[in-house]
Amino acid sequence: MTLLLLLLIIPFFAGLGLFLVRSAGLRRLVLLVTAAFHLVLSLYLSIPDSNPARGAWIGVDSLSAIFLVLTSVLFLAIGFYSIGYMREHSAPDHGLHEPRRIDPEALFMGCLLVMLSAMSLAIVARQFALQWVAIEATTLASTPLVYYHKSRKSLEAAWKYLIICSVGIVLALIGIFFLRMTLPVKFHSDLTIDALLQNASTLNTKWLKTAFIFMLVGYGTKMGIAPFHTWLPDAHSEAPAPVSALLSGALLNCALIGILRMQQVSAAAGIGDFGAELLVIFGVFSIVIGAIFILRQPDFKRMLAYSSVENMGIIALGVGIGGGGVFGSLFHAVNHSLTKVMLFFAAGSILSRFATKDSSRVQGVIRTMPWTGGLWIAGFLAITGAPPFGTFLSEFAILRAALDKGHYFTAALFMFLLFIIFVGMSAIMLGMVFGARTVERRSESLLSVVPPLTLGVALLVLGLYMPDVLQAKLGSAAMLLEGVAR
Amino acid sequence: MSNISILLILSSLLLLGSSRLKVAILVVAIQGLLLGLLPIVKISGHFSLGVWILGLSIILAKGIILPFLLNRSLNNSEITHEIEPFISYGTSIMVGILLLILSGWFTVKFKLHHTATPAIVLSSAFYLILTGLFLMMSRKKALTQALAYLVLGNGVYGVGIGMSLEFPFTVELGILLDVVVGILIMGNLLFHLDSEFSHMDTDKLDELSDNLSADSRQEVGQ
Repeated sequence: MTLLLLLLIIPFFAGLGLFLVRSAGLRRLVLLVTAAFHLVLSLYLSIPDSNPARGAWIGVDSLSAIFLVLTSVLFLAIGFYSIGYMREHSAPDHGLHEPRRIDPEALFMGCLLVMLSAMSLAIVARQFALQWVAIEATTLASTPLVYYHKSRKSLEAAWKYLIICSVGIVLALIGIFFLRMTLPVKFHSDLTIDALLQNASTLNTKWLKTAFIFMLVGYGTKMGIAPFHTWLPDAHSEAPAPVSALLSGALLNCALIGILRMQQVSAAAGIGDFGAELLVIFGVFSIVIGAIFILRQPDFKRMLAYSSVENMGIIALGVGIGGGGVFGSLFHAVNHSLTKVMLFFAAGSILSRFATKDSSRVQGVIRTMPWTGGLWIAGFLAITGAPPFGTFLSEFAILRAALDKGHYFTAALFMFLLFIIFVGMSAIMLGMVFGARTVERRSESLLSVVPPLTLGVALLVLGLYMPDVLQAKLGSAAMLLEGVAR
Repeated sequence: MSNISILLILSSLLLLGSSRLKVAILVVAIQGLLLGLLPIVKISGHFSLGVWILGLSIILAKGIILPFLLNRSLNNSEITHEIEPFISYGTSIMVGILLLILSGWFTVKFKLHHTATPAIVLSSAFYLILTGLFLMMSRKKALTQALAYLVLGNGVYGVGIGMSLEFPFTVELGILLDVVVGILIMGNLLFHLDSEFSHMDTDKLDELSDNLSADSRQEVGQ
């Protein structure tokens, strides 16, 4: 418990402290040391099998363990990449007559660490209102990050992001009010998962369904489920590359876990099918929207953003299908995060070399920047679910679960949409890789290659061999969501 | 409590009908004051430190600090009026009255109100939520959207009180803090919006769309 508190508090205060640090070297050191510390502590807390204390407000169970370690790994990679990114893109001077008390880079790195703290809290929170506070805090900490480049477009993106996600999250809070109505009166003050699970059989299902809808819409907005995803392509395409990676790889999962917790309670209360149906509908719709907008998308960062909408849809679909689909979904969440962070890193490197997001004006990446070009191809294969990457296994697991459960039409539609997306992405991504060199070749910095390469290798390993720990954690987390207690 | 709720309803109606942004900020400030009084009045019989701290922090944050900051960013921007909104003021007030009936009906129909608090408290809170959402959709100025978000937050808080669903003290403060920081960031963005676009009209925020060129727009059929 104390260690878990440290995990939350240290990044938070380190982040606040960074606002005031003037030395760039010291800031980078603090960022990396905090990230590494967070990773070590997350591993230490997550690997042993432990059940959180009953009624505790924070705790690590198998579901939070997976996402905690995942977030921590991604954050360390993002930390390294950010430092390289900061070297290339010195903070813009936007020419406003504004007193600059905080250095832009200090603000950037400070917000990153506050964001890490808020995301960790959202993952380990076992009290719904506390989790809400944490998820809203992630929006607030990331808005300045989206607006880092201080361009008109990034300003527009930041405004939309803040307004849409804030309104969405207010709906989730109303959902939490309704959730409280489900409990017998004497437990009214206790909104922990344990209290809800303990009273699962006596929960008022009418209120629980209402609460589920509100929270699905509220957190779904943040998670990027269509049709509530409209902020996502703007924010992801306008934010600096490390921030896009953070939003897509780590932040979306935090909202996902909010919905998963709700599904956990619903399943225990015996109305799991209600939530599952909604998840299937919204999941399929998100994949459709993703496929439509990926096709012929000229902006390659926007394409990656729509791919996030698609993959969040796949995850929701898998959870909704149930059975092996839940396992597949959680595994897919891990794979998608690794892939997407890797791709946004590569996209950031391509963007800074070619100075355009228009994919038709980018060609010959493999000749200009061989490492990034290679990573871009690998990323393309991974995100479209080609073997031998982990994404292939997880998408296959979801497909098989759909067939097992007799969702033949859904399965066929899923296959068809994945094929469309494969075609759409191959046209855009491969077109960028090959062709004549248009920009002069320069050596690629280590910090722009090693982080995505590491994640790519991890993804490849997950496709070939699943570590026992991960297998066990995924299995027991899937059982939580299936409501085994039923 | 009923009196406060009636004032909350009236303030929202005023908000729907006012075109001057200064008035709108003032109305939202008054709403913040009223909202802070709500929990204090509710426990009028006995004294509770936590409730007083919370009520006073709401008054301080939503009634004084945030309106002051929004007012300052308004003064810097040379804008005084909301330009012609998507939905005219007269129609807005009509919609407001319909929303009022809707929130009253909703409260009674679903028997949501707790016996300890009058039904009008909850109705007024739902009304604030609906008004906030309506303002968010129907007005063009970014500043009005920030105000609408405050009204929305006020409404959600009021629902908590009306249903007697107070959260533990720490969570309440956390929720308040989130709203305050949210508005602070909005205020900062407003400042940049004004200097970058030399306006604060959100309907002109259309540089971001799904296509870079006009012909590909037709192809996607968006």
